[in-house]
Amino acid sequence: MTVGEQAILLINHGNFEKEFLAAIAGSVRREYQLPASVKESHLDLSEFYDPTRRQYNGNKLMTELDSWSSQNHIKNMGLFRVDLFNPILTYIFGQAALKGNIGLASIYRLRNEQYGMKKDDALLLERFQKVIIHELGHMFGLVHCHLPPCVMQSSTYVEDIDQKSPHLCSKCRQEAGMNK
Amino acid sequence: MAEKISILIVDDEDSVRDSLYNWFIEDGYEVECAENAKQALSILESKDMDIVLADIKMPGMDGLEMHRRIRSLNKDSIVIIMTAFAAVDTAVQALKDGAFDYITKPFDPDDLSHLIRNASSQISLKEENKALRSKLVSLENVEDLIGSSNAMINVLKEVEQVAQSNSPVIITGESGTGKELIARAIHSNSKRKFSPLVSVHCGALTESLLESELFGHEKGAFTGAMYNRKGRFEMADGGTIFLDEIATISPKMQIELLRVLETKTFIRVGGNKEITSDFRVICASNKNLKQMVNDGLFREDLYYRLNVVNIRIPPLRERIEDIPMLVDHFLKKYCTSMSRNIMSIDKAALKRLEQYEFPGNVRELENMVERAIVVGNEKEIRLKDLPFDKGMSTSSFKSLDDLEKQYILQVLDKYEWNISQSAKVIKVDRATLYNKIKKYNLNSPKK
Repeated sequence: MTVGEQAILLINHGNFEKEFLAAIAGSVRREYQLPASVKESHLDLSEFYDPTRRQYNGNKLMTELDSWSSQNHIKNMGLFRVDLFNPILTYIFGQAALKGNIGLASIYRLRNEQYGMKKDDALLLERFQKVIIHELGHMFGLVHCHLPPCVMQSSTYVEDIDQKSPHLCSKCRQEAGMNK
Repeated sequence: MAEKISILIVDDEDSVRDSLYNWFIEDGYEVECAENAKQALSILESKDMDIVLADIKMPGMDGLEMHRRIRSLNKDSIVIIMTAFAAVDTAVQALKDGAFDYITKPFDPDDLSHLIRNASSQISLKEENKALRSKLVSLENVEDLIGSSNAMINVLKEVEQVAQSNSPVIITGESGTGKELIARAIHSNSKRKFSPLVSVHCGALTESLLESELFGHEKGAFTGAMYNRKGRFEMADGGTIFLDEIATISPKMQIELLRVLETKTFIRVGGNKEITSDFRVICASNKNLKQMVNDGLFREDLYYRLNVVNIRIPPLRERIEDIPMLVDHFLKKYCTSMSRNIMSIDKAALKRLEQYEFPGNVRELENMVERAIVVGNEKEIRLKDLPFDKGMSTSSFKSLDDLEKQYILQVLDKYEWNISQSAKVIKVDRATLYNKIKKYNLNSPKK
């Protein structure tokens, strides 16, 4: 799927503040040159909680999001605050199906405080933006990129996220069907 | 790697197969799935797979037995065994039978990444033996390195030569010449390109912060350290570490760095386990390191350890002929990011740029073009869109420091001393900006 003329929907499952969401929507809009809007959600997350792992099941959440995704939007991205996992990994920053229309991302593991560092709201926003743009890239059919500054570089640690830029490289832009 | 690496996932659980499938597909691998050993063997009979990732416990034939059968098919697939419990005896048996490695579910994302990267390295080593070693190398992934001047072509030739070796490199050049871009080009054209390039801006960090950044820390190393944190040397395993502004590191860190470069081992802060990392080091400096050695400010042994290859990037004033190409590149870059039609530049404006000395080098030119797009008429950049009339000519400044000071002050004033925003515009991190404010004794008008 290439970037068409439809819009991206960001679904607020984390009770995020308006300004925070506006900044994220702005960066998504700029990167993908598509309208991006925000929708509030009141989904009860307790049924996705796995008491043995003390985390929330990302795969189950993806299925749930899929069942009520908006048909008017080309991509639906769920934004969370909780610690996410999937059956094979101890944690995930985000998840999306390649060329799919559902994705999710969480700020839980992106917070400096999680690693004994000083709280940094600006850095947190920047990291979250990168994770969201990265997962949307997968939804637009992009695989991981090896170019050092590209946002589609794989990130397994939060420090990896800090190393990359919030933008797609020109090769990825082209592959996603966007102008160079 | 010439072709995509193929991975066969064998697991009886749908959710595990699906999750692994998504993970590897997103990483650019070719992926097949089988829900039991019988199905996996049938796939392997009809096609070669580079890596087989198999669960140890499956109904019918288990992972160990399937591994033996794969061997009997004379397939040289790399087999990795997955287990839900760290059952040492079965894992040992798998390794004895020739499995490449084993991994316990659920995986730490980094462990899985490392494991597959190691397996991929082994596969590419095999391929490399088959390939002609003497073929000419052409540079890839250098889209931001713009220039056709002799000076720049010589730099690119040097990049091409050094990329293939593992030797340390020092990149020297004035501020804004693009030292980090050269480091990226070396990495992207080296055998290490599939592993990370990790950058550290040494000038932005205090001695203790730099130590924690480079070596990482263990959970509980200090209050609030709830998780282990990897250091940059560890992150660069298999890849390249880029140490920018190397001249700024303290004498203590110079000794530490020398030790790590010699042994490639280190210990995380608060830890006691020695960690080995295979990295290549590239440093950059806008200072004359040799002079610093003579002045006793930089260790001679470290200098010689790092200075195996030295690449000097010429300042923009020594390659004026590259300016039109650079302007064209930045126009495309910023018009695209601002969602505007691609603009051009008129002759008078271009001529003025070619006459300017650019003490801030390519970075200054890039900022000028970006600014001109913002203030311009959306069709072309005109002379009046350039900041020359507002005291930006070289003669207005006593030194490069003076230019930097005035520029920082101008940006800070524009953004009402918002440090994050100003740092973003200047393209440095917040800590560097604070250091500059302190260095030039700048004060907010509000105070």
